[in-house]
Amino acid sequence: MRHNGATQDGAGIVIELEDVAYSYGGGELLTGMTLSLAPGSFHFLTGPSGAGKTTFLKLCYGALKPTSGHVRLFGEDLSAMGRDAVALARRRIGVVHQDCQFLDHLSVAENVALPLTAAGQSAAEQADNLRELMTWVGLTDRSGALPPELSGGERQRAALARAVIMSPDVLLADEPTGNVDWEMSQRLLRLLIELNKMGKTIMIATHDLTLIRAAKAQVQARVLRIAGRQLQTAGADL
Amino acid sequence: MRLPDVTNLRGMLAGDGAADRVVPPAGFTVRLVLFTAAAMAFLTIFALALSLAAGRLADRWGDELARASTVRISAPADQMQAQTAAALRVLQQTPGVGAVRALSEEEQRALLEPWFGPDLPLDTLPVPQLIEIIETPEGYDSDGLRLRLQAEVPGAVLDEHTRWRKPLVTAADRLRLLGWAAILLIGAATGAMVTLAANAALAANAQVIAVLRLVGATDGYIATAFVRRFTLRTLTGAAIGTVLGLLALWLMPASGETAGFLTGLQFQGWHWLWPFLVPPLAAIVAFLATGAAARRVLGGLT
Repeated sequence: MRHNGATQDGAGIVIELEDVAYSYGGGELLTGMTLSLAPGSFHFLTGPSGAGKTTFLKLCYGALKPTSGHVRLFGEDLSAMGRDAVALARRRIGVVHQDCQFLDHLSVAENVALPLTAAGQSAAEQADNLRELMTWVGLTDRSGALPPELSGGERQRAALARAVIMSPDVLLADEPTGNVDWEMSQRLLRLLIELNKMGKTIMIATHDLTLIRAAKAQVQARVLRIAGRQLQTAGADL
Repeated sequence: MRLPDVTNLRGMLAGDGAADRVVPPAGFTVRLVLFTAAAMAFLTIFALALSLAAGRLADRWGDELARASTVRISAPADQMQAQTAAALRVLQQTPGVGAVRALSEEEQRALLEPWFGPDLPLDTLPVPQLIEIIETPEGYDSDGLRLRLQAEVPGAVLDEHTRWRKPLVTAADRLRLLGWAAILLIGAATGAMVTLAANAALAANAQVIAVLRLVGATDGYIATAFVRRFTLRTLTGAAIGTVLGLLALWLMPASGETAGFLTGLQFQGWHWLWPFLVPPLAAIVAFLATGAAARRVLGGLT
């Protein structure tokens, strides 16, 4: 893996939200959110189901545009970015969804390498990188399998590998441990902490408080909470 | 949003195999697009042959028309000179008659030769004198002329054997126009068909598009994957249809110059190059149609 992402930006804020609100169908889901993600920071995002965690993450990677306020990705205002600019920004933002989607007709290895293919980089050049990454997430044996043949934990790890293969500056993970057992969630957490130690900005949406506690023992993590349509900084006692 | 333009067509077709693979192979639609493109190309070949044959027919008959009508004078030998002179005078005074000329003895001999052989003693036979009339574009009033000739030159008969072809030439021209209209319609139908197929494929592959967007693929990249597939498919189908169409034409019974219209349904000379334009044109139609469909679908996504 290449680990050059975060250092290029120096102290620049990677993702910034300024008084962001998001509403749909007339109802306001989120409002008045202001947040700056500094390079190398580690955030947890928690809150009850349906509070808008996934929506918040989508705002962070430009899948949704705020109904008011400003979202800035790497200093660029999302509202001023065209579709291609958003696509290019996503190459610097790795995303792991709760229900990881893959191209089911391609092998796991090809799926993990998909961001490279989509960015027009030759997969052959990145073969070592890919192999190393597959070893890192423990999927070397499964690299020829098709995504539907994978277990929940394997899917999460494949999604994580796909999210980081471009060596992004930020990793956004939505309930990455939602479908896996405790041991697997610990393993995923270790991988995420390792990435953070390499300088990546990490944001994990979860309602698993034991995971947050386990992480806090190993890394300095801030906990954000969405409640009452607002984004709050949770107490340190979690 | 960026999409490859037509000038990029070749580069795109030469292509990026990896990009092509991101769209899952879908057996049924592949065969449908192939089949429809082939059928359309097959029909185009026939419409093309029809247009070109109708065009040739119209041109040939048109030429014959321009060549004029004749007045034939049958009279006793001693009156022949006088009657011919009278007929020429009448004709020259008739509005709508451009040029008038009595055929010389040699010309008449040449005309009769195919029937009576070269040794015909023309001077001993009561051969009628022929006068060739070239009309002006407006044409003359044939009934009026006939009446005048009847009054002044009793031995003269106006022969308008080519006149009846005039409506046929118009009909052949129409037929040519219809043929081209059919080709345009087939082209438009091909575009519509490819658009429908592309829309279906884009809808069926919503997850593929979502995944590609998530990992940072640009719209141009995603569109190219679909556009490439449909363009190549249409090209292949159209090539198959063209070959089958040509084969069917080639198998039609041929006959010589005297061939009627139906058996004249063939390509001639450089016209044989036309059919080879069909597959590339179909591919361009597919390229534009899929590009527009992809642009529309992708533009509506986040």
